[in-house]
Amino acid sequence: MTANIDMSALAVFIFFFVLVTAMGFFASRWRRAESLDHLDEWGLGGRKFGTWITWFLVGGDFYTAYTVIAVPALVYAIGAYGFFALPYTIIVYPLVFAVMPLLWKAAKERGYVTAGDVVRGTYGSRALELAVASTGVIATMPYIALQLIGMEVAIKALGLTGEMPIILAFLVLALYTYSSGLRAPALIAFVKDIMIYIVVLAAIIVVPSKLGGYGAVFSAADAAFEAKGKGGILLDSTQLVPYVTLALGSALAAFMYPHTLTGIFASSGANTIRKNAVLLPAYTLLLGLLALLGYMGHAAGLQLESNNDVVPTLFKTLFPGWFAGFAFSAIAIGALVPAAVMSIGAANLFTRNFWKVWINPDVTAAGEAQVAKITSMLVKVGALLAILLLPTQFALDLQLLGGLWILQTLPALVFGLYTSWFRAPALLAGWAAGFIGGSALVWSDGLKPLHALAFDGVTVSVYTGLLALTLNVTVAVVVNLILPAKETADDDLTVVEAESRS
Amino acid sequence: MTRLLLLAPYIGLLWVPFYNFEEPQLFGFPFFYWYQLAWVPLTSLLTYFVYRSVRHDG
Repeated sequence: MTANIDMSALAVFIFFFVLVTAMGFFASRWRRAESLDHLDEWGLGGRKFGTWITWFLVGGDFYTAYTVIAVPALVYAIGAYGFFALPYTIIVYPLVFAVMPLLWKAAKERGYVTAGDVVRGTYGSRALELAVASTGVIATMPYIALQLIGMEVAIKALGLTGEMPIILAFLVLALYTYSSGLRAPALIAFVKDIMIYIVVLAAIIVVPSKLGGYGAVFSAADAAFEAKGKGGILLDSTQLVPYVTLALGSALAAFMYPHTLTGIFASSGANTIRKNAVLLPAYTLLLGLLALLGYMGHAAGLQLESNNDVVPTLFKTLFPGWFAGFAFSAIAIGALVPAAVMSIGAANLFTRNFWKVWINPDVTAAGEAQVAKITSMLVKVGALLAILLLPTQFALDLQLLGGLWILQTLPALVFGLYTSWFRAPALLAGWAAGFIGGSALVWSDGLKPLHALAFDGVTVSVYTGLLALTLNVTVAVVVNLILPAKETADDDLTVVEAESRS
Repeated sequence: MTRLLLLAPYIGLLWVPFYNFEEPQLFGFPFFYWYQLAWVPLTSLLTYFVYRSVRHDG
């Protein structure tokens, strides 16, 4: 990439960056609480976000900047297989509709802020709480680092070189997240999401018209895969099972992450969540169309150094400078929202399920908020250092493992909503088996998320996260059956009753 | 029973042999693509039907 800087693109970029920075600091006064010195306020925005704010926040937080870069890049590289993100982000919503309102109610009634709180409240087990909370933190850290990679790609596309821009952007982000908490990304999400919608709509209308229509785009991609001898615009027979197991496994894992759960807990009610399960697929449509930019890259005959450059290069080639600048701003701002919510989610976990339990049980509400604020800064600085000092591949590999890890918290977090049969030691054993077994499988497969299974001489590859979850549940059931039932003790152990209606 | 509608997208999308074809095309999109994209509004609609049938408890 040349070091030519398009001044109009840069001006647009700086304008939007300053705008969202101002909004980030102003957010502390938005829907002002009596005080931000409480984790419910700083870390959950007061649990008052209605349907539209939740829609923008969860949409802005779940469809990350990295998605905008990586999904089209994968589609550019291998074709149809990269589209597994589409079924994944469709089937996730019926699940959200069925499960998350129950979880929200339990959280609201009992003041839970994190997944760790839910588990402790349901099973009264410090060990299980620690397992779930630390899984959340370590699965989120590489995810934050990926947001930085997305931002790096956008900044590089502007022609800016060196590490200063990204350090500056992240420090500013850390400061306003510190002062405004979840209100900052919630407010910025409005700008970010609208910008992304404009960018994608422009791309899907303008680009095909310049390249001869969608028919031509698909044929060009088909021809490119043919020539390469790898990939295709349909799935080959070995890709079918990987495609669906990745979609299903990712959908099960998606709302176990601290950042997505934070968006759920911050909403104003069970109905807000149900309405969002109906409305959030609008973003999925956007994602599906965005993925097509990978094929448009082939139709435009782009020459790329790296697959990740497909989106920025497409905009640079086919749009005027100012609009390319607008698109890059959208991607960079798109990194800020999830990075902020992720760091808040991780900070909430650390504060509630580690600091308060093991370091200072007598911490006040204000003290809790203070610990979380500082932790959110440290988490961001850590991610920044990881990106600056370690090879990028390291973050990518960890993120991949992170999906498998977070999936192992599903039984502990969700089963208790429906049944009181499972007990803490069984769930803990299941978690350990899934976590360790799954990680070992991924490691033995050379850090690939698919594991080949042979049935009667037929080999199928399955998403390892799903295999690990199967092991997890099996171990939990077996241990629960073997373990002698203990008398259930105090109120702490009361299982949150499942909703009776259905 | 309306809740069973929530299972439809899983059946429609997780059985790939339903849709791993090029024909029929729509607006230049191979079937594989427009079929899956069509499930987005369809899933919203089905979820909306279920939403209307549940008791609204805040």
